[in-house]
Amino acid sequence: MTDPISRRAALGAGVALAGLAMPRILRAQPAVVKLGILQPLTGALAQDGELGRIGAEAAAAAINKAGGIQALGGAKLELVVADARSNPEAAAQEVEKLQAEGVAAIVGGFASPVCLAASQAAARYDLPYVVDVGVSDQITQRGLTNTFRFAPGFGQVTGTALQNLAKLNEAAGKPCKTVVLVHEDGLFGSGLAKLMQTELPKHGFEILETIAHPTPARDMSNVALRIRSLRPDLVIPSSYYGEFVLLARTMRQQRIRPKGIYAVLNGAASNFRFVKEFPDAALNVMDCNHWHDPKNAEALALKKSVEESGKFWAYNIPLNYSCVKLVADAIQRAGSADRAKLTQALAASDFTGHIMPYGLTKFVQGQNQGARPVNTQVQGEDIKVIFPEEVADAKPVFPVQG
Amino acid sequence: MYAPEIVAEAVVNGLMSGATYALVALGLTLVYGVLHIVNFAHGALLTCAMFAVLGLNLWLGIDPYWAILPLALIFFAFGYGLQRFIIGPSSHGEDRNTLLVTLGLSIVLENLMLAAFKSDTRSLGADTAFDVLELGPMLISRPRLIGFGVALATAALLWLLLSATDTGRAIRAVAKEKLGAQLVGIDPRHIFAVTFGIGCACLAIAACLLLPTFYVNPRVGNAFVLVAFTIVVLGGMGSIAGALVGGLFVGVVESLGGLLLGESLGQLGIFLIFILVLLVRPTGLFGARA
Repeated sequence: MTDPISRRAALGAGVALAGLAMPRILRAQPAVVKLGILQPLTGALAQDGELGRIGAEAAAAAINKAGGIQALGGAKLELVVADARSNPEAAAQEVEKLQAEGVAAIVGGFASPVCLAASQAAARYDLPYVVDVGVSDQITQRGLTNTFRFAPGFGQVTGTALQNLAKLNEAAGKPCKTVVLVHEDGLFGSGLAKLMQTELPKHGFEILETIAHPTPARDMSNVALRIRSLRPDLVIPSSYYGEFVLLARTMRQQRIRPKGIYAVLNGAASNFRFVKEFPDAALNVMDCNHWHDPKNAEALALKKSVEESGKFWAYNIPLNYSCVKLVADAIQRAGSADRAKLTQALAASDFTGHIMPYGLTKFVQGQNQGARPVNTQVQGEDIKVIFPEEVADAKPVFPVQG
Repeated sequence: MYAPEIVAEAVVNGLMSGATYALVALGLTLVYGVLHIVNFAHGALLTCAMFAVLGLNLWLGIDPYWAILPLALIFFAFGYGLQRFIIGPSSHGEDRNTLLVTLGLSIVLENLMLAAFKSDTRSLGADTAFDVLELGPMLISRPRLIGFGVALATAALLWLLLSATDTGRAIRAVAKEKLGAQLVGIDPRHIFAVTFGIGCACLAIAACLLLPTFYVNPRVGNAFVLVAFTIVVLGGMGSIAGALVGGLFVGVVESLGGLLLGESLGQLGIFLIFILVLLVRPTGLFGARA
């Protein structure tokens, strides 16, 4: 028996028809560019991971609303969000997943150990990785061509923090001479304290004592007690959010009022939750940290919309917002989401569409040379930028009249 | 060297922290002493209680101190249900199952809180948080002093309950000789659940006392549980007096150690003493000989 239409012929016709129909479908919908967002959404760092995600999502929404990526025919950015679970091993695993999803690049990481592990895992696939916060200097010293850091690193932040402190003190007639350092006893706090111990005496400060504390700390009464007995002019704390809030509250309660509290890369000193919940304890605390450009309209609009949604503003948001825009801009420059071309475009980028108080973007060995930290101070119930002058939106209150 | 008033204040601080540690340890030691289970969910339950205090304050405006009684009752019921309907039945009489069930429970609870409250660190903006009592040169935090008093009172109440009531006698009977207790008509499943409930009520009280001066996030309970385990072993498994004295002792050692050696090394003192006790008196300070 012969069948007029064999099964094979029918299949062949079907394939041919599908082939005819497909390009039309593709043309009707502009392609999508996938971008990996890696943040510690659960675990110890979940608070920061969530903030980073808010920033990244806001940027993608803004880019898509403005018509997507023009060079790719208005392709939309699609974020693939991955949870680094606050540890480097999980972060590296998530990079594998993002690779399998076919993302063009990865943005995020937050903590230095997460950034180190994730960027290295991404390097195996020549997958561009843009670090959002991770300050460890090691991140950009490994010679990985896929890794770019938009924000300043540890060395630059601490160097600037010390210079600015010295300038601040000189401008006020050198009211502060003695210092107590309080730091968490992990890599971050200890490293910072060590640097301060060698650098502060060069600027004429005398370090009365260096107090280390564990994270989490259940009680800060004794740290406050020691500060009270030492009566320093200045307290320099480097701790994570919970511990610093505890310290500031205890100091306030114990009526310890130094002439200044000058934090460096502090988890709480530039955090609106702290300012809103304990305005008395937070008043006049200074920090040298990442912060958005207070004179940038786009930054202010983003801040307003985040606050209107009932969330607290933090530096993670503008940093991730800027990083996602940086990558979108690089895809536009490259005219392709191809990894090699995108890496080249990032390396040659002179992106200015960010909302940070940075200059022209210029990567040297993966580090953005235009990046810089600023000094903030809690004034009233707001966080103001007090240094450097060209971006500042307030004058420093220093020394603080106790 | 520090001035005597600074050292004295450190001791007072240590006693006040220690009383809260003791309260957390009380629940743990009771559950261990009676149920013979190491409750890994203790930290997560403490965090639950702290969020409950926060929630009551934010949404209903209830002062943490007024929340003590209702929350203790709610957490008693919650603990009773947990043991009666989840931990007990799922253990099938095997201790190692219970271990895994409580561990699993802690993971579930922690992640539920993460989903519900997000990972933010929150605190109560209580007006009383900054109150201090001036005693000569010392400035003593009023909320922590209240915490000290309530913790001691709770320990005394618990001791009374165990030594003078029928329920207390039944709890002790089940702890010592489960089969014998069953033979005289005590339902061990009920007593187990009551004990677990009391343990949870202790946590609820501890949470009410902690929150005015401390903060809460979904992982905060762990900070207290490690030290509570140490106190339980130090004071003697299942001993109320042991947990209280052990807690106060650990608080003072930690405080003085922190003052003299630095906060990071201050913890060292606790564990050195812990090892010494295990070597010299393995049953703990107040533990009965096995």
